[in-house]
Amino acid sequence: MSVLVLAEHHDGILVGATAHVVAAAQQLKASIGGDVDILVAGENVGAVAEAAARLDGVAKVRVADHAVYAHQLAEPMGALLAELAGDYSHVLAAASTTGKNVLPRVAALKDVSQISEIVEVVDGDTFKRPIYAGNAIATVQSADSLKVITVRSTGFDACPDRGSEGGSAAIEAVDFVADNAQSTFVKQALAESDRPELAAAKVVISGGRGMGSGENFKLLDGIADKLGAAIGASRAAVDAGSVPNDMQVGQTGKIVAPELYIAVGISGAIQHLAGMKDSKVIVAINKDEEAPIFQVADYGLVGDLFEILPELESKL
Amino acid sequence: MKILVAVKRVIDYNVKIRVKADHSDVDLTNVKMAMNPFCEIAVEEAVRLKERGVATEVVAVTIGPKAAQEQLRTALALGADRAVHVETEERVESLAAAKLLAKVVEEEQPQLVILGKQAIDTDNNQTGQMLAALAGLPQGTFASEVVVSGDGGDGKLQVTREIDGGLQTVELTLPAIVTTDLRLNEPRYAKLPDIMKAKKKPLDVKSPADLGVEVASSLTLLKVESPAERKGGIKVGSVDELVDKLKNEAKVL
Ligand SMILES: Cc1cc2nc3c(=O)[nH]c(=O)nc-3n(C[C@H](O)[C@H](O)[C@H](O)COP(=O)(O)OP(=O)(O)OC[C@H]3O[C@@H](n4cnc5c(N)ncnc54)[C@H](O)[C@@H]3O)c2cc1C
Ligand SMILES: Nc1ncnc2c1ncn2[C@@H]1O[C@H](COP(=O)(O)O)[C@@H](O)[C@H]1O
Repeated sequence: MSVLVLAEHHDGILVGATAHVVAAAQQLKASIGGDVDILVAGENVGAVAEAAARLDGVAKVRVADHAVYAHQLAEPMGALLAELAGDYSHVLAAASTTGKNVLPRVAALKDVSQISEIVEVVDGDTFKRPIYAGNAIATVQSADSLKVITVRSTGFDACPDRGSEGGSAAIEAVDFVADNAQSTFVKQALAESDRPELAAAKVVISGGRGMGSGENFKLLDGIADKLGAAIGASRAAVDAGSVPNDMQVGQTGKIVAPELYIAVGISGAIQHLAGMKDSKVIVAINKDEEAPIFQVADYGLVGDLFEILPELESKL
Repeated sequence: MKILVAVKRVIDYNVKIRVKADHSDVDLTNVKMAMNPFCEIAVEEAVRLKERGVATEVVAVTIGPKAAQEQLRTALALGADRAVHVETEERVESLAAAKLLAKVVEEEQPQLVILGKQAIDTDNNQTGQMLAALAGLPQGTFASEVVVSGDGGDGKLQVTREIDGGLQTVELTLPAIVTTDLRLNEPRYAKLPDIMKAKKKPLDVKSPADLGVEVASSLTLLKVESPAERKGGIKVGSVDELVDKLKNEAKVL
């Protein structure tokens, strides 16, 4: 009855989401006992494995370091996890695009259901998860002997890092090499930004269709600089080509729950609210005083964003 | 090549849902239903591939109650050539849907299967990936661009995927599974003459038993609740007031 967590990493760095998934795994352990292990799969992932070994409460880090796992393509990753799953009662990953891509394959290969994007662990087989764009919360119970689960990071506070003094988990190599003749990596275009990751930022400022153009998103930059904020967007802004897809917040984009969320020129469609309504404090800036975003905003400011944003930047 | 498109009947995305008083589920009585928006994108992509001469036939499939034939007729009006309805009144979880679709794939032998990335009712985001694993096929999920090169044995597919950090392109051998993301295309609306014509297109009905699949799930829905309501706050009159509130009341600055 142990838990295996799939580590999330990019460019040799362990991504913050992993610590949230480990936190969910610790809660499971409290109810089922056993260990929490981490799987790091990729190519040249030694540093990632060491970072993973420092996460609090992790018993063992299993490392599958091989070219076939570079870019973590779904086919070999699914096969690898299915191979290892036999040692565990629960396999967990972040509800990231990697976790969502890989875990359902594992579930299908093991002939079990997957429970997507849990926000609460009730016990070893019962979980809460949002459905219908977060407009309802379902409690689901699984009768499968293996539970395959993706975890919504905002539902669990990150587990601490033990630091360099705090000792670390054992690191162990996994020999299994999946063969993959079906998919190959061609290229990747990742957004470069000095700003914090959307999912991890304490402050997020998002622009919507009201911003008018991508050029106007610059109006958010100065404010984001002053607040150390990440910049997000509504679907309408992404669809219009104003900003890249990785900035979309919502039901089908990123889920954020910062201390402060500032929605600028965003009407507040349910699909957008699904991605941000668990933020601690919400500010809405919109020229339409009837905009639904004001129904969830703690502080609403009615007016033209082109006047408000420069003033706000100067007064912060 | 033949393309299979999976479409799901779900609540219309504009509808505000209600939870049943006994907390057993969401109340769907007298609620407007529609094709899952990501499935509309899937149908559109398949039809465009046919219009470009890449695909020769587009087959739409759904699993669900009798009424789900409305969504199949919509797919036919949008340009699918024929439809398969796997009829069941039971709640079909993603794994069972994937098993049924895998059987349909076995029968139809498509070169490409296009699904939505996510059904907006359960928000599962599983079925395409599960189908790929069950059918032993590669997958291109969250697609924002799909390019087919060659057909038959040496056919290849390049899929650009919307991932957390940006975009990723992978190349897959055919046959393959694709799931759609929002930017793949902008679906058309069905025109009246096409809606009329769709009524005459072939629609095959099967049962899960015909396909030899158990629909019953290992998951039990114990309870459905409304989320904690967020209370609306106040309107502030100026930027100064906003900054003051954020500093001194909310203490987030
Ligand atoms: C399947 C599906 C999935 C979806 N997923 C998502 C998702 O993940 N995330 C998401 O965001 N959406 C999503 N949507 C889209 C969603 O339904 C809305 O269409 C979208 O959120 C609207 O974006 P918006 O608020 O920027 O645009 P609009 O609704 O057009 O609102 C623009 C707002 O800007 C205001 N405005 C205009 N000019 C100014 C100005 N000068 N100053 C101040 N205010 C101004 C207007 O008053 C208006 O309220 C999804 C939709 C579907 C069907
Ligand atoms: N009952 C169903 N009938 C047809 N297609 C389905 C069904 N359930 C899921 N799908 C397909 O799988 C996609 C993702 O659904 P899900 O994994 O349930 O979020 C949908 O957009 C459909 O293309």
